[in-house]
Amino acid sequence: MSNLLDIENLWVRFNTRNGVFDAVRGISFSLGQERLGIVGESGSGKSMTGRAILKLVRKPGMMTADRLDLEGQDLLGKSESQMRDVRGHRISMIMQDPKFSLNPVMRVGKQIAEALRLHADVSKAEARKRSIEMLQAVSIRDPERVYRMHPHEVSGGMGQRIMIAMMMIPNPKILIADEPTSALDVSVQMQVLEIMDKLVRERGMGLIFISHDLNLVSNFCDRVLIMYCGRIVETLKADKLHEAKHPYTRGLLNSLPRLEQPQDRLEVLVRDPAWRDEPSVSGLL
Amino acid sequence: MNGIDLQDLNVWFGDYEERVDAVKSATFSVPEGGSFGLVGESGSGKSTILRAITGLASDWSGRMDVLGKPLGKTRDRQFYRQVQMVFQDPYASLHPRHSVDAVLSETLQLHGFSDVDARISKLLDDVGLGSTFRFRYPHQLSGGQRQRVAIARSLAAEPAILLLDEPTSALDVSVQAEILNLLTDLRAERNLTYLMVSHDLAVVGHICDHIAVMQHGEIVETLSVEDMRARKVKNAYTEHLLASI
Repeated sequence: MSNLLDIENLWVRFNTRNGVFDAVRGISFSLGQERLGIVGESGSGKSMTGRAILKLVRKPGMMTADRLDLEGQDLLGKSESQMRDVRGHRISMIMQDPKFSLNPVMRVGKQIAEALRLHADVSKAEARKRSIEMLQAVSIRDPERVYRMHPHEVSGGMGQRIMIAMMMIPNPKILIADEPTSALDVSVQMQVLEIMDKLVRERGMGLIFISHDLNLVSNFCDRVLIMYCGRIVETLKADKLHEAKHPYTRGLLNSLPRLEQPQDRLEVLVRDPAWRDEPSVSGLL
Repeated sequence: MNGIDLQDLNVWFGDYEERVDAVKSATFSVPEGGSFGLVGESGSGKSTILRAITGLASDWSGRMDVLGKPLGKTRDRQFYRQVQMVFQDPYASLHPRHSVDAVLSETLQLHGFSDVDARISKLLDDVGLGSTFRFRYPHQLSGGQRQRVAIARSLAAEPAILLLDEPTSALDVSVQAEILNLLTDLRAERNLTYLMVSHDLAVVGHICDHIAVMQHGEIVETLSVEDMRARKVKNAYTEHLLASI
């Protein structure tokens, strides 16, 4: 088994007053030791896919799949308490806004040390030492000082680097990053992504990068899945993004204003109802 | 005559030790019918300039002229007929329990129009929604449709100047394209003056003729979009911004 993750026929459903709403409709993909991008617009089911991998779909949502394997080991049959060993320890997740993911009344260093001590049997002193090393690894200049700070004292970019440190310290095999930089300024985005990219590479991890930004994803991933209405409409090598064939992908690419090529009017994406019903493309390796 | 003329504008919040200078001696002008963009990171003071013009930030010094008239402490009704603002988040800027019809008719009545009914239909047509949307509530609309309603509301007073505060950053790229096209068309039809704030250089480059780059409350560089496209920039921070897209 060389794949880190194999998912077959994944569905996420919600019961609503107007019947069942399918957020994710039978998608299959796998993750090797690579950086996989999942791109789509809001409501395309990309975040739900990320959450479903960790079985974090909250009730009344329902998640079903034919197969959900982590390094060949079945996750579907695992109980909640067994899942707690997987979450953070083997698969961890970075959310969009560090402001909502950090505990506001706990010093950031403690939070990082806690993440480590939950999953590894280390002493407090050792956890502190490794947390400071980890802060250094995410390019925080004065880690001793930052260790003692509270989340409200750090900027958005630094907060997200702290989140990366916290998620990386238990040494997981897979990192799921759900729009990790959308809440950050453009000038900080690149820096945060580069740090994340470097750590993922050095540790030979798998990365699932969820974003609405096609160009960003193509710069940072090896392979891209494009989702529309809960299905995968196209899978591509990231460097071949501009050879995309599906009209939806093409439409998304063309609707972006470009600084270098001014145009009077932007191309508007015309949605074909048939895309909704097309079978999902497999992203299996 | 210039649409907007700012001379040495300072805006601050708080007093004494708490004082934060959000905008420091900003000077630029937007010709009538022109389109000017403000770019910079969050906290650089770009939205604060818009808020100072509309009177939402009360502590300021310097000189602000709108359509040749200097602005004082308060704004009169005449001002709001000329200057309107579109906000970033269409989910937050519409009252959840007011229908589109209520939102627009209230605005029209406030500005003293009498033919409210005909004007609502016209406004909805102008922003590409059509009368079928007239009695819907915000939760029945998508993000792009909501932003169209917000734009219709700002157009209700028949303003000469629109202040756009990140009008598309909460929207998907395909919807962003629709809204940007709408803004381009409206400006051509009505000879509007735009002052737009965005963190996205490509969006600003698409809509605006001139841009000002802000950092830490100061305008570090003002340049034309052609110069930006040709990367003819003088300031290191502008280069840094251009490099990151």
